[in-house]
Amino acid sequence: MATAATLRRSVDPAARFEARSATREAPWVKRTLLAVALSFFALFLLMPLIAVFIEALRKGWETYFTALIEPDALASIRLTLLAAGIAVPLNLVFGVSAAWAIAKFEFRGKHFLITLIDLPFSVSPVIAGLVYILMFGAHGWFGPWLNEHDIRIVFAVPGIVLATIFVTFPFVARELIPLMQAQGREEEEAAIVLGANGWRTFWHVTLPNIRWGLLYGVILCNARAMGEFGAVSVVSGHIRGETNTMPLQVEILYNEYQFAAAFAVASLLALLALVTLGIKSWVEHNAARSGPAAQDEATAS
Amino acid sequence: MKQSTTFRTLFAGVAAAAISAGAWADQTLLNVSYDPTRELYQEFNAEFAKHWKASTGETVTLKQSHGGSGKQARSVIDGLEADVVTLALAYDIDEIAELANKLPKDWQKAFPNNSAPYTSTIVFLVRKGNPKGIKDWNDLVKPGVEVITPNPKTSGGARWNYLAAWGYALKKNGNDEAKARDFVAKLFKQVPVLDSGARGSTNTFVQRGIGDVLLAWENEALLSINELGPDKFEIIAPSLSILAEPPVAIVEGVAKKHGTEKLAKAYLDYLYSPVGQKIAAKNYYRPRQPEHADKADLARFPKLDLITIDGAFGGWQKTQKAHFSDGGIFDQIYAPSSK
Repeated sequence: MATAATLRRSVDPAARFEARSATREAPWVKRTLLAVALSFFALFLLMPLIAVFIEALRKGWETYFTALIEPDALASIRLTLLAAGIAVPLNLVFGVSAAWAIAKFEFRGKHFLITLIDLPFSVSPVIAGLVYILMFGAHGWFGPWLNEHDIRIVFAVPGIVLATIFVTFPFVARELIPLMQAQGREEEEAAIVLGANGWRTFWHVTLPNIRWGLLYGVILCNARAMGEFGAVSVVSGHIRGETNTMPLQVEILYNEYQFAAAFAVASLLALLALVTLGIKSWVEHNAARSGPAAQDEATAS
Repeated sequence: MKQSTTFRTLFAGVAAAAISAGAWADQTLLNVSYDPTRELYQEFNAEFAKHWKASTGETVTLKQSHGGSGKQARSVIDGLEADVVTLALAYDIDEIAELANKLPKDWQKAFPNNSAPYTSTIVFLVRKGNPKGIKDWNDLVKPGVEVITPNPKTSGGARWNYLAAWGYALKKNGNDEAKARDFVAKLFKQVPVLDSGARGSTNTFVQRGIGDVLLAWENEALLSINELGPDKFEIIAPSLSILAEPPVAIVEGVAKKHGTEKLAKAYLDYLYSPVGQKIAAKNYYRPRQPEHADKADLARFPKLDLITIDGAFGGWQKTQKAHFSDGGIFDQIYAPSSK
């Protein structure tokens, strides 16, 4: 265990591969592969990203900021933050409970539950939106009751939040399940034998073990929550300044020939994505460092 | 401790969502409209809010929603609480009356001129210099001409396109239905992309540079020329086109619930006022009372020979059933795989 961890830390497999003449590729192979990978990256990822920022700033900083503080744009930013702000914590609670249940308990239908959690990944977001229309729309299952009590779900903020929760459902759970399964329950059992209660075990044993996986899941979940278009578009009703999220606002502005404004909002979304990615790699970096270190500690003691 | 803060934030978030959803002040009006009216209602709403303030002292918040006409009608049926609808064609409002029971069946009699305060028609938008020499409908079916139009199943504008072509073929062939059908079938074989809405087709033609001619709402064609440069496109007026009447209506069920009946009525009435007519003309819609519009705005509309849906096709209900319902004539003549 300790040797494996040290090896992983000290020698990168790629470097080891390169160092030995038997496994080293001819230089042209290396260069061709690198060139292919890099040009694809530049062409399909980097260029569009740069284009977004160039288009956004084409008419100058002043237009850029005017576009962002325009009331409808501000409303869309607020709504996006609100939807993510509700969806992400809910996902956190659900993800931890689901992963805990699956990793630490035995029960019937466990595999079925795992499959169900993956459902939002396989279902088209448009279907996700339509499902809510069928349930909460005026002619849906709960439509008449909701109407009687004057509660609006679809074509209003709650519908958007629901759709966002649906599409982001698996992120946290998916990150945690393999992690918690791999860790097993020995440490928790030890803690309980030593007299800790359930909460204490969770706070001091389980949570420290899963914190990087948890954070990673939350970050991915947040990225998707802010960027979701399809499901939200179906339940939104597209009321200006009220039920448009940032991705929907981008589409509206683009269709109204307000290209600079459309790209300004798009650039803000892209910026959020970049920040998210930045945090993600920071988390990965920390997780990689603390993972083996924790293991060393465990084996040493 | 940390946990409870999370829950509290969560709860606050849900509460905020509930409040913001319920925060419809009584002086809010939602107008659910179709794609190309975005610019028109942006200007009209500002004017109406001023007018309402001056005449009643009340502040009104006007909200807009835009999308493909059929899709918007569907949303209203599914519960989007529109106080008024301003859609591309009467059939879509008929559907709301039929399926949601939120307005009377004879809604179209509530306002003058078939409840259509402005009209439009279908024209051709071609690239500058008209390189394919397109002058009239029969030029569209010449080999090598690519035609851009949205899908008549989803787009109101596309249904007007289709019917204008049909009307032209009928007239050319002495009212021979079979020949008209062949002509329209041939026309749709020249369509490389069917977008779902009018604005999508305009973007296909204008931004992506696909196709030789765009069949478009006159207002949409004029707008794109104005927005994107008169040096790139020109409008061709065919020998015959169709009078498109985009109607407006109060969704009475919703307005009653919101207590906005008076406001909704005043809002739609104002479209018929001199100010409303002037704004319509300025935004490329043909006003019902041209005397109120600017001369320069009116000069942009070419003189056209126009047929009407009631005169040439016997109304929307009949037309919709024969041409655009599932298994109707459009489904029979348009088979994307046969291209």
